[in-house]
Amino acid sequence: MELEGRWRDLDYLLTRQGNVVGPGFEPGQEIREFLQDGCRVLVVGAGGLGCELLKDLALSGFGNIDVIDMDTIDVSNLNRQFLFRMGDVGKSKAEVASARIMERIPGVTEKPLDFYEQFHVIVLGLDSLEARRYMNSVACSFLEYDEDGQPDLSTVKPMVDGGTEGFKGHARVLIPGVTPCFECTLWLFPPQTKFPLCTLAETPRSPAHCIEYAKIILWPKERPDDTFDADCEEHMKWVYSKALARAAEFGIQGVTYQLTQGVVKNIIPAIASTNAIVAAQCTLEALKMVTMCSTGLNNYMMYVGTDGVYTLTTPYERDDKCPICSPGVSYAVQPTTTLRQLIDGLMEDPDLGKHLSAPSVSYGSTNLYMRGALEAQTRANLDKPISELVDTSDNVVLHINDKRLVSAMKIRLKFGGSNGSMET
Amino acid sequence: MIKLFSVKEKQKKDAAAAANGKAVKQSAGELRLQKDISELDLPKNVSIRFPDGQDKIMNFEITLKPDEGLYKGGAFLFTFAVPSGYPHDPPKVKCLTKVYHPNIDLEGNICLNILREDWKPVLTITAVVYGLNFLFLAPNPDDPLNKEAAQMMQQSPAQFERLVSQSITRGCAIGGDYFPPARGERSG
Repeated sequence: MELEGRWRDLDYLLTRQGNVVGPGFEPGQEIREFLQDGCRVLVVGAGGLGCELLKDLALSGFGNIDVIDMDTIDVSNLNRQFLFRMGDVGKSKAEVASARIMERIPGVTEKPLDFYEQFHVIVLGLDSLEARRYMNSVACSFLEYDEDGQPDLSTVKPMVDGGTEGFKGHARVLIPGVTPCFECTLWLFPPQTKFPLCTLAETPRSPAHCIEYAKIILWPKERPDDTFDADCEEHMKWVYSKALARAAEFGIQGVTYQLTQGVVKNIIPAIASTNAIVAAQCTLEALKMVTMCSTGLNNYMMYVGTDGVYTLTTPYERDDKCPICSPGVSYAVQPTTTLRQLIDGLMEDPDLGKHLSAPSVSYGSTNLYMRGALEAQTRANLDKPISELVDTSDNVVLHINDKRLVSAMKIRLKFGGSNGSMET
Repeated sequence: MIKLFSVKEKQKKDAAAAANGKAVKQSAGELRLQKDISELDLPKNVSIRFPDGQDKIMNFEITLKPDEGLYKGGAFLFTFAVPSGYPHDPPKVKCLTKVYHPNIDLEGNICLNILREDWKPVLTITAVVYGLNFLFLAPNPDDPLNKEAAQMMQQSPAQFERLVSQSITRGCAIGGDYFPPARGERSG
């Protein structure tokens, strides 16, 4: 079923030239066809932001949307996560969200996934830094650089990230190799407020202190064999009752079940309109990135809705030493080169050597040679040939750690040719 | 702003498919931890072990043997569990050897500021080890986790000293809790 005039507004954008179009924009009907048929978008998270994102993306012409969310639907989600109904409580967010979108917006195929496939754009609607860092390392792991240290555009997996916390939110565009990745700007994320353990144990002053005490001190003491699960009602009620008792002991008012959930899950009340604003911006960025119908966000927009409406766009810069997205140095070796010869070669290299005094070498999780605590265990690798230590058929990236380096140096091994670094 | 997709040429798909299948080898937290471990500068009285082998470094143990102060003669076992959010999140450290100490409770929770409220991503495993070492040189009764021990330390320092010494060398019961000799082992 095709609704009359459904694509009129989108076609205004995609079929006409304009003053603010992106580089290489080629107006035409086929862009919309690509959006509907060829382009695959992955949405990570089907919560407050995710529901908005799915609806916005589907209504903006994206025809192939996949969605991942490990969470199930809770009653407290229903006020803003509008794709879910009372009867859906307890079901998978990803499955319900995709079914509801397909039901309401004809022509859209959505399917839940539990593995990573190939997508043109990844849109993140997440609530934790940990999940963002994980997705960032996934997206950046596809990235390859050419000999000049320029990103190979066919390996760039672009992401759009949205985040909200109460009345505040942000949208950002992450093009690995071009704009900063999460790891480049890790300092943007404020640390969680934590209370000193001794305050919790001896001098609680607030209801939150009592709740934290029940969760981090009493739980392991009284229920050492149970792993605390914030989504288990019985666990939450246990923490609540213990916190209440503790509050009574110290004459502290204000411990409620709701506050217990808030403190334990670190919840800041979600505001539906913040999600809507941020998701709209993210969808627009995804659309612009794919179609080039306008220049994109460069590269971070923050939104503050606490006093009126305030937004600011900041072009953050990449960290050229970022261990996740930086190009690293291409370095030629023979498969027969030993690890010791490789390390000596790096130390003697006119460019690299000056950054190294006592290097350690890791290959992914495998620690090939480590100074310090693991020296004795890894020493035997020094006289082994590289071909025995790494998979030479793969694209081998080694991480070199050294006290003189702020973070790990990436070395991309190139087999064959004469030994040495190949980048200027 | 760069143009990533060209709708008219669809060569993208193949290139992208070739890149698929590459697994994410490690978390960013582990990458940073590798740096910490390779630069670990332990004081002489501290040793470290990786029970799961040299390539599984997110969980490890250290043994600390205070070389001066009240706790000299004892050996204390700590476990470190490094979360994947490291270094944004601090390592989780527990003291497995039961100890009579104002800042360590009987479950092995440790009140050390840099492990919680004052953790900063620039801090390292080495910094945490030095922090733990310091805790044994200068127990702080003003910020207690074991209130009885803290009160004892403040009100009768000589008695406190005697109890500490007795508990770590021969083992003894203090206020109904038995403290086995501190030999760097897991207590009870």
